Amino acid sequence: MTVTRAPADALSVLDRPNSYIGKTVPRPNLDRLLQGRGQYVSDLELPRMAHVVFLRSPHAHAKIAAIDADAARRMPGVVSIVTGRELEAVITPWVGVLSHLKGLKSAPQHAIAVDRVCWQGEAVAAIVATSRAAAEDAMEHISVDYEELEAVTDMRAALDPAALVIHAALGDNLAFERTLDAGDVDHALSGSELVEADFVFGRHTGVTLESRAVVADWNAAEARLTIYQGTQAPHMVQNIAALHLGLREAQVRVVCKDVGGSFGIKVHIYADEMATYALSKLLRRPVKFVADRVESFNTDIHARDHRCRGRIGVRPDGTITAFEIDDLTGIGPYSMYPRTSAIEANQVVNLVGGPYATANYRARARVVFQNKNVMCQYRAVGHPIACSVTEGLVDLAAAKIGMDPVEIRRRNLIADDAYPCASPSGMKFEQLSHHASLTKLLQMMDYDALRAEQAALRARNVHRGIGIASFIEVTNPSAAFYGVGGAKISSQDGVAVRLDAQGSVICQTSITEQGQGSESLTAQIVGSVLGVSMERVRVILGDTDHTPYGGGTWASRGAGIGGEAALQAAKALRQNILNVAAAILQSTPAELDIVDNGIVNAADGAPRIELNELARIVYFRPDTLPPGIQPELMATRHFVPRQYPFAFTNGVQASWLEVDTETGFVKLLKHWVVEDCGTIINPQLVDEQIRGGVVQGLGAALFEKCIYDERGQLTNANMADYLVPMSGEMPDIEVGHVVSPTQESELGAKGAGEAGTAGAAAAVANAVNDALRPLDATITEIPLTPQVILSALGRI
Amino acid sequence: MKAAAFAYARATSVVNALELLAMHGDKAKVLSGGQSLMPAMNLRLLSPDILVDIGGLAELRGITVRGDLLVIGALTRHVDLLRSPEVALHARLLRDAVAHVAHPAIRNRGTIGGSLAHADPASELPACVVALDATIVVRGSAGERRITATEFFRGIYETALLPDELLVAVEVPVAGQASTFFFQEYARRHGDYAVVGLAARAVVAAGRFSALRLGFFAVGDRPLLAAAAGKLIDATVTPALLAEAAAALADELDPQEDQQATAAMRRHLATVLLRRCVAALLARPELETGVGK
Ligand SMILES: Cc1cc2nc3c(=O)[nH]c(=O)nc-3n(C[C@H](O)[C@H](O)[C@H](O)COP(=O)(O)OP(=O)(O)OC[C@H]3O[C@@H](n4cnc5c(N)ncnc54)[C@H](O)[C@@H]3O)c2cc1C
Repeated sequence: MTVTRAPADALSVLDRPNSYIGKTVPRPNLDRLLQGRGQYVSDLELPRMAHVVFLRSPHAHAKIAAIDADAARRMPGVVSIVTGRELEAVITPWVGVLSHLKGLKSAPQHAIAVDRVCWQGEAVAAIVATSRAAAEDAMEHISVDYEELEAVTDMRAALDPAALVIHAALGDNLAFERTLDAGDVDHALSGSELVEADFVFGRHTGVTLESRAVVADWNAAEARLTIYQGTQAPHMVQNIAALHLGLREAQVRVVCKDVGGSFGIKVHIYADEMATYALSKLLRRPVKFVADRVESFNTDIHARDHRCRGRIGVRPDGTITAFEIDDLTGIGPYSMYPRTSAIEANQVVNLVGGPYATANYRARARVVFQNKNVMCQYRAVGHPIACSVTEGLVDLAAAKIGMDPVEIRRRNLIADDAYPCASPSGMKFEQLSHHASLTKLLQMMDYDALRAEQAALRARNVHRGIGIASFIEVTNPSAAFYGVGGAKISSQDGVAVRLDAQGSVICQTSITEQGQGSESLTAQIVGSVLGVSMERVRVILGDTDHTPYGGGTWASRGAGIGGEAALQAAKALRQNILNVAAAILQSTPAELDIVDNGIVNAADGAPRIELNELARIVYFRPDTLPPGIQPELMATRHFVPRQYPFAFTNGVQASWLEVDTETGFVKLLKHWVVEDCGTIINPQLVDEQIRGGVVQGLGAALFEKCIYDERGQLTNANMADYLVPMSGEMPDIEVGHVVSPTQESELGAKGAGEAGTAGAAAAVANAVNDALRPLDATITEIPLTPQVILSALGRI
Repeated sequence: MKAAAFAYARATSVVNALELLAMHGDKAKVLSGGQSLMPAMNLRLLSPDILVDIGGLAELRGITVRGDLLVIGALTRHVDLLRSPEVALHARLLRDAVAHVAHPAIRNRGTIGGSLAHADPASELPACVVALDATIVVRGSAGERRITATEFFRGIYETALLPDELLVAVEVPVAGQASTFFFQEYARRHGDYAVVGLAARAVVAAGRFSALRLGFFAVGDRPLLAAAAGKLIDATVTPALLAEAAAALADELDPQEDQQATAAMRRHLATVLLRRCVAALLARPELETGVGK
């Protein structure tokens, strides 16, 4: 690990004896999950619970002329069948816009379609029955009379004046447009070599192991709704559910225990989930909805459906003079609620060219409506597009002037001592480490030896390629992401820590756990700062009744924001404990320390009093304390970054692969990542976040794509035809670190959850093009399927 | 994704199974390993009234050598083919192929009878039995029939089996000392159905093929025994002859287009497989790159 800069206050709180920071410790929740004692919503059973199944539109666009559910209502086990019109009485529609995304428009969306369906898979009626099977049986007996309408499917055609306007009241199909012009692009390009390419990205989706699941339980006696849901943002769900059901937030409790993967899929508000809350209120009983796999493919948000024209200017000495992009993306018929579907394109504009010192940058992004499933934020929002376009252009520029891809990066990446600085799109960088990362990467992969091996194999007609991709990643978002646009999504998080009567610690945090290790990192921080062993720290999360208010876990914010709140809360509790200890021991807090669950002398470490003894005195014999002492063995702190809108991280990835030029199949041989997420709390958790993220990026590069036909039918909505990356095709992924802690927090941690996904596809695409360079083929489309590669090679 | 309600009967003997099938006609479905049937039912693509579970029928299990035949019971699981010493000795092609069928969990349940009766044109085992010139043994109320593999497969998911018949065994001619095999498929991921695949059996003597059976799969509506192989038998294989055979093969194929490949791509991949197969079987690597360059 290379540390580029030590923080001013040299990790005083963290760098303590027995610190867990920077150590790989087993995750405290592993036993629970491995012994099958996880609390997943999919497994939840409540008394009188009914199950809802949604009848979904088979058409991409159609008027609903009539729904006949009489026969279905008479089927055994059916509790109720509810249409969109009927549900309107309990829940109001919503519009997915935010004020800081100027000009973004969308149409009101209903929990269940009213009069018209706008994508294949939109819910048309809810069938509530005593079991899912009974509901599915009844569903077959509902007949819906549809009048099919023209479907707008191709995003390029959506803006054609002749195209049907999906929401007539909006005037056209353009949901959002953003332009940016920084520096002087025309002037910069006029004296440069120009390279252009069209980058095409396949629409894909998150495929969580546990599908979306919710149990809504309206308790009429308490006038309270309890929502058990696998979500990343419980307080956001609380706010939205209350808003649209006409309740106060205090009337809604959201409980979110274990979640089987999320990847951004579960940070949104879905119509069928809203319908489930409303059905529980309507029917006054618990109602459960668990999406099945086909529904997941048809309704979980999709992402990355972009076509982006990119241009780069380069001088013969390798100086990159300008970037220019024109991005187009189709988001389905509605902007998703409440985070909107303009964020991805907005991020693309923000991030293209980000690692480079180039000041001239022009961009346009257009976001259009179409009759396909909704698109929204998925792991590494916008980053893979921006990174693939940027890094693809940089490699094309290098090829054009005959320069090594590493050399052109060395000459253009922002210097490690140039910080703080800002990108042409206005992104503020506190401290990045592109050059240190690249140097480390080249060492890890033994770049020169690999190039030699590649050359030797080429002579034997074996085509291997090396692809490099530098990237930046948005983490630790402040209110600039959503709050400023009017979304009630908290950017601050809170942690409460208390010492119990036997000297153990209970910690309530507003961040959530979906497998990343939030519980572990919170316990590591609290244990380290307090001087208490981790087994004594119990972390409670995922319950709006029992945790502080906060944002949850998304946008790589859990460790950086929730972790800092945990650190500050633990620090405050530690001070409180030392104050009491000083009173008991007739000493001063400064002379004491907490080590290994006991108070010791700061100077020589001699044990003074165990924490359990201190707690006993405080809770049961406060009469023995000196007069005037009121011990406070609970402390709460909140944190939100204020100085920088985002804590940018950076890194670089490399791919080594072989292309079978006869069959078009790609074999991934090895992948390397060097990343800089600041302070590393648990190296194994960071490495596995990186690896998992890389795998999702490799999926995008080679396999994953939601294939729609021209009528807007999703034709591969199952696990056999939608190809998720599997272990058999994955290479070994080596991860290295450079550490530049952020100064905005004492912890110094930035996020690591999306870095892997951000750059993996770009590295693979560059490697494939590197392999194919002697054959004069360039491909700027993913997934890189055998069909795409063979076509590019002119074999078929 | 829940199957519609169905009745279930666990057959106590082959005779009992045949009675049940006769009683319920096409409203019944035989349940073997369930690895193709159950997903189809859960997706409600199929809703049989009754399942006749043959899983307990010991008569349908086992791999034995009878004279110059290797007899494989219909209930033989994929994993058994992978591990059987008899298969390794007498029909190695099956072992090589079955490693490409799905994943261990599925191979632990899926059966050869189920795979052949299911007749997915992208499946490995149907192409193998065609290449091996095997015979499919089926039994109905009227008695037993023996159907050659090439006659057995009739189309996508279509076979010569009647609704009231049971596939009971596969008879594979024992491979002679001189037989060699080639198996290769192109699949997007390990365990996926192939985009194109080839199962081949050959006898090579003095650098020439004296016999060559090429069973292509995922190139049409059923496994295809390529006639183009004939051009390579008892001939000195030159790059030109191989090119001629490849052209003949491309003509002979009538591949479908799907999400993985166009018809043109399947034709192309089949010819690549042909070259790689011939190069491997004749141990002449130079033949591999001879065509299409
Ligand atoms: C994820 C996954 C991946 C797979 N990948 C592959 C692959 O790559 N290649 C491949 O070849 N297969 C693959 N399969 C299918 C698998 O090999 C099945 O085992 C096989 O297709 C069917 O065998 P079974 O015993 O499970 O049959 P079942 O599913 O029980 O039955 C299949 C059909 O055959 C009929 N049937 C079964 N046995 C008999 C019999 N004795 N007589 C008459 N009719 C009978 C049934 O009625 C049914 O119609 C995959 C399956 C899954 C779930």
